[in-house]
Amino acid sequence: MDGTDTMSQQTTLTHGMGDKLFEGMNRTKLDIAREDICVEVKDLNLYYGQDHALKNVTMQIARHRVTAFIGPSGCGKSTLLRCFNRMNDLIDICRINGEIMLDGSNIYDRGVDVAELRRRVGMVFQKPNPFPKSIYENIAYGLRLQGVKDRKVLDEVVERALKRAALWDEVKDRLNENAFGLSGGQQQRLVIARAIAIEPEVLLLDEPASALDPISTAKIEELIYELKDQYTIAIVTHNMQQAARVSDYTAYMYMGELIEFDDTLSIFTNPARKATEDYITGRYG
Amino acid sequence: MEKTRLGGHYLEKYDEELEAIRNRVLSMGGLVEEQISHAITALGSGDVGLAEEVVQNDMKVNGFEVGIDEQCSQVLARHQPAASDLRFVIAVIKTITDLERIGDQAERVARMALQLARKDRPKNQYADVVSLGERVLAMVHGALDAFARMDVEAAVQVARSDVAVDNDYESIMRQSITFMMEDPRTISRAMDVIWAIRALERIGDHARNMCEYVVYLVKGKDVRHISLDQLEEAALGKKPG
Repeated sequence: MDGTDTMSQQTTLTHGMGDKLFEGMNRTKLDIAREDICVEVKDLNLYYGQDHALKNVTMQIARHRVTAFIGPSGCGKSTLLRCFNRMNDLIDICRINGEIMLDGSNIYDRGVDVAELRRRVGMVFQKPNPFPKSIYENIAYGLRLQGVKDRKVLDEVVERALKRAALWDEVKDRLNENAFGLSGGQQQRLVIARAIAIEPEVLLLDEPASALDPISTAKIEELIYELKDQYTIAIVTHNMQQAARVSDYTAYMYMGELIEFDDTLSIFTNPARKATEDYITGRYG
Repeated sequence: MEKTRLGGHYLEKYDEELEAIRNRVLSMGGLVEEQISHAITALGSGDVGLAEEVVQNDMKVNGFEVGIDEQCSQVLARHQPAASDLRFVIAVIKTITDLERIGDQAERVARMALQLARKDRPKNQYADVVSLGERVLAMVHGALDAFARMDVEAAVQVARSDVAVDNDYESIMRQSITFMMEDPRTISRAMDVIWAIRALERIGDHARNMCEYVVYLVKGKDVRHISLDQLEEAALGKKPG
């Protein structure tokens, strides 16, 4: 992290801390209509063969905010997340109609370069999946694919990405060791570092902390707070407290439908729909 | 939308814990009502024994507050309640604070009853003070009832009756000032009466607070520190008129 970043952080701490920390609470409730929209989903339907897995989903993802997707298993939240970088293209029986606009252009248009799309929309999964390579090479891999060869540039990017992923101090002395030697929590932060090394716009996190202990989970959550200044983040989580802690907006999905989408505080203190209320309070409908 | 039931959790123990808290709040409320009732009876009849009993029993009210607070923090720690459950726990924590303060005011009235019992009594046996007391007792009863039934309309109605309490209070106050000006020998007694009606008037304010928590609990809206008309509009979604 360079000097300017540190300084702006300090300014935030001394001046507007209360405002920033409690943004979205009480009277200053977040309003999607007033946000800069990064991703817009329009009438999205997805079928796995005969199974209608996403039903007329329409929603917006605000830029530089964290949007959480919650809902019971099989509700379609991961499927929706995978639509944002066309991961579902890899599934043969999957059919999609509708639009997903990223910065105004439909990512499902013919002629969209899917590799380039996935560079702009990075993804991290539940189980950390580092490559069987050194810590350094894990981060440098994406850049090498892009043709970057300059060692100095690579060094800088690796250091910056590891610092942003809050892993640098733990690994700086063993960058050439195999990534599998890291703990689960460290591996997950490594994978996040790998995702942000290629400067995506959007980060998709599919249950990024569900296999981690509470301390590693807290580090990932802290990282999410840090990263949202620069990236638009969408996270799927089964841990509702986690959704409440890290997100600005929350979408509740059930059986392929988007049941309720609102700012997180409203969802967790006073949801508008009974189905949402029942789910987050642990009731049967 | 019906969203104020306590039961129906997958975890039955959670239902039981919330239900236990609710019942305990209502027991505490019952005790507080009894305290007010005994305090005003003691004041009206000069019953020293009854007044002393009220003073003694305030400890029980305090005990309820501590115990319910403890249960609420356990529920917060164990279940991390959300939405209506969260609002329920918050509303309870706030409600019992007001109930405890109502208890303190009832004790104050009882202490004034003890003082007044030793003095000459007016012909009307403090009927106006007793009537004010009955009015605030009805408010507390109504607020607890609204809480128990999670009834916003009833809560708004009870909150509205605080106006009548304030009017009664003003009127007894003016009367006491007149007595003191006419005959300085009544000053000591009138001062005790003023202390007592002041305590009763405060009970009315606490009862109104409790009604506001019922609106928060059911509607998720914070209606504190606004006018009665605004409260009614926020709670019932219609302009009063």
